Amino acid sequence: MLAFMKSVLITFPGTNRERDMAMALERASGRPPKLVWHTETELPNADLIVIPGGFAYGDYLRAGAMASHTPAMRSVVDRASQGVAILGVCNGFQILTEIGLLPGALMRNAGLKFICRNLDIRVETTDCLFTADYTTDQCISIPVAHNDGNYFADNETLDRLEGEDRIAFRYVNTNGQTSGEANPNGSARSIAGILNQNRRVLGFMPHPENATDPALGGLDGCPLFDALTRALS
Amino acid sequence: MSRSNISITTDLITAHGLSKDEYQNILVILDRKPTLTELGIFSAMWSEHCSYKSSKKWLKTLPTEGPQVIQGPGENAGVVDIGDGQAVVFKIESHNHPSFIEPYQGAATGVGGILRDVFTMGARPVANLNALRFGDPDHPKTRHLVSGVVAGISGYGNCIGVPTVGGEVNFHSAYNGNILVNAMTVGLASADKIFYSAATGAGNPVIYVGAKTGRDGIHGATMASAEFSEDAEEKRPTVQVGDPFTEKLLLEACLELMAEDAIIAIQDMGAAGLTSSSVEMAGKGRLGMQLDLDQVPTREEAMTAYELMLSESQERMLMVLKPESEPKARAIFERWGLDFAVIGALTTTGRLVINKDDAVQADIPIDPMVDHSPEYDREWERTPDPQLLNRADLTPPDSLPDVLRRIIGSPDLASRRWIWEQYDHLIMNDTVVRPGGDAAVIRVRNTQKALAMTVDCTPRYCAAQPETGGAQAVAEAWRNLTATGARPLAFTNNMNFGNPERPHIMGQFAGCIAGMKAAAKTLDFPVVSGNVSLYNETEGEPILPTPVIGGVGLLGDHAKHTTIALKKPNEALVLVGVTTGWLGQSIYLREIEGREACAPPPVNLETEKANGNLVRALIENGMVSACHDLSDGGLAIAVAEMALASEGLGAHLNEQTDLPSYAYLFGEDQARYLVATSYSDAVLTRAKTAGVSARIVGHATNDGRLTLTNDDSIPLCVIRSAHEDWLPKYMQGS
Repeated sequence: MLAFMKSVLITFPGTNRERDMAMALERASGRPPKLVWHTETELPNADLIVIPGGFAYGDYLRAGAMASHTPAMRSVVDRASQGVAILGVCNGFQILTEIGLLPGALMRNAGLKFICRNLDIRVETTDCLFTADYTTDQCISIPVAHNDGNYFADNETLDRLEGEDRIAFRYVNTNGQTSGEANPNGSARSIAGILNQNRRVLGFMPHPENATDPALGGLDGCPLFDALTRALS
Repeated sequence: MSRSNISITTDLITAHGLSKDEYQNILVILDRKPTLTELGIFSAMWSEHCSYKSSKKWLKTLPTEGPQVIQGPGENAGVVDIGDGQAVVFKIESHNHPSFIEPYQGAATGVGGILRDVFTMGARPVANLNALRFGDPDHPKTRHLVSGVVAGISGYGNCIGVPTVGGEVNFHSAYNGNILVNAMTVGLASADKIFYSAATGAGNPVIYVGAKTGRDGIHGATMASAEFSEDAEEKRPTVQVGDPFTEKLLLEACLELMAEDAIIAIQDMGAAGLTSSSVEMAGKGRLGMQLDLDQVPTREEAMTAYELMLSESQERMLMVLKPESEPKARAIFERWGLDFAVIGALTTTGRLVINKDDAVQADIPIDPMVDHSPEYDREWERTPDPQLLNRADLTPPDSLPDVLRRIIGSPDLASRRWIWEQYDHLIMNDTVVRPGGDAAVIRVRNTQKALAMTVDCTPRYCAAQPETGGAQAVAEAWRNLTATGARPLAFTNNMNFGNPERPHIMGQFAGCIAGMKAAAKTLDFPVVSGNVSLYNETEGEPILPTPVIGGVGLLGDHAKHTTIALKKPNEALVLVGVTTGWLGQSIYLREIEGREACAPPPVNLETEKANGNLVRALIENGMVSACHDLSDGGLAIAVAEMALASEGLGAHLNEQTDLPSYAYLFGEDQARYLVATSYSDAVLTRAKTAGVSARIVGHATNDGRLTLTNDDSIPLCVIRSAHEDWLPKYMQGS
């Protein structure tokens, strides 16, 4: 019997893109993800754990700060150490940096304003289960929607990320080049997404789940979910 | 009865916005002097904001019925049938005065309030829109107000996770001291699971849920019903503070509870908070209510009965539950971390009895308070008819491309990208047409259907000729929906006007209503909800009459929608509707000749209907690839916007000799659409059969230029920078 990818969505008070993410996962894998409330101490069995976007706890303290202290997130850290694939998108990326599964931090956008628009993103590595269906240097168009997407890490960390091929995505212009204008949130080295050391945890600021439906314009997020489904089924 | 130490003086009555006659009525209703708490309750209930005392007479004349209407005006929001057992629930509401005093919180709580109105009815909000009016861009406060209002809308809507998909913005000196912030929410519900405010069942518990009560916003309803003066800043404490995170929890908890068979009645605490919600629920149910204010969750100490009844703290709801459902409901709200408190019960007395500190603080018969709420037949005087523009008085412009560049980069027509990119317009994964077109299109989850939605008003038309302006606002909303391929269903209205005690303002109101009524009737486009905001004046200077129309339409198949973007080079551009080159009250006249003058374009509703029905049929049959309604700036602006929205296409307009070029290009005749088509012969035949005027006026190109006449052509990139640069540069202060 064909085993479907089992995915779990971790939700907090204030999570708001779980529906979008559930749609994308269901389209790719044929089955809806299980939603898990932040108070759960035991996570169900899962091939993929996703922390979707939103404003967990209103982001009133610091984006992702409160969420990283929940029972469910402590279990996510355990699962990560067992090698379970983990995807954090937007607020999920912020939470993964707050809890230490990924290095660095996401600060207020350089322009100090919320940004919602499609950005050109370059795939920097295909050496992970999230990006295997893209090609290196492929440019894709994915929407962003965030206040705090300005990735920051010290130079040593950034050098290490680059040296270990752990930068998964960068913001680029229509010619595929990084530039200040193409990087509206001001991220260090135009970083849009990074991997952890074992390459099974991805933090990604843009919303691939909002680029998986032809009726809504753009399918550039599909390869990410399709690759995960193939690798984890 | 607890006698407070404060005696009810004439000054205190005046400070509560009550007239001498109104106070006399209170004495009759109570058969004694009111307590301070009672005075506050009457003041709120009889404020313009809650009682519609100046506008009721006129609002009653609007068409509110149709086979599609499930619930018209009078509830928290209107409800319209969209088939398959589903309903769309929507309303628009103003938050003008608070947004001028404190733009971020004023606008944010405006969004929060209208969201609650919609989810109170059992609908999940799926889209927000807003209609904003600011003062002259050169006015020292305008930049700060734009920045704060947009940030407030963005902050609230993005956090709660409802996409903000459409809106409109005008700049005009008439709004220098009194901006307008009108927020609209559209939600989806099951047609057989709509929740109402009328309470039933004496003895049933009255339950308070949501955020705690503080002293914020006390007397917001009264403030919203008075003119502004220099001391507006001092009213800052009456502005509420929004908490979108709590609202998100309240939304989810309410919808979760609504899925159970537990709620008898529910009402959000909006303007006048606990007062209006309790009166509304008991009054509509023809019952009484007893409240024990000591049970109200508070976040400040020693709040009085007066303060508790009038606080406008946000993110709160009042509910009547089936008694056996209480434990289940409590568990849901506690899981979402929200307060849940039984604060009273329904009674058979027909009275609102408020207890606090072991004493009765208020005891008011509800029906008399509601039934005897003031209703005024205010004196009104008809706006004199404006003169017709004599084109001979105009100087033909030297350069048409230069005129186009100036108009498309003018404050009223420049791109709003700087604004809508601060709004999350994609969340919920159903946004089929994003901001920037005629109307936004949102897919109805798990169906092929989609909703189109728009907000529209042309205040300069309304000021010049209210009746025409009122009809035009409704017609333009109807046209914008039609231009996406949608069938217009119904609209909500936000009547923003000056001081109704002045006959000429009341005349504007009456005129706009008459125009709206005629348009609603002819276009089968009823009004299902609305809001009135009067006294929009500062130091005696009124705003332009601004009856904002929020229209909603239905597409049976979202794949059959169209957008304004040109799709293919060489496709014919067909102009539907008659062009006379009408320049009275046009953007051309204002931006190029520096005059806001003369009569606006007439609105022929039968023509609107015929032209719109033709265009919709063409879209349904897949005969047009792009469609744009013609409005501000006329044909030239429409064709430019269609090219700018495309992926690099240009457009060429044919020579014509009927009219002076500038009038042909920039005239604002109504009932017109520009469509791009590969089937121009068939389109023209269909138009002829339908008795609709249509002709080929040009074609799409791939030369990256906009050609207005044989001698006047301009690269699209020049138009694009004029269009895109104005707002960001203005906001940067340069």
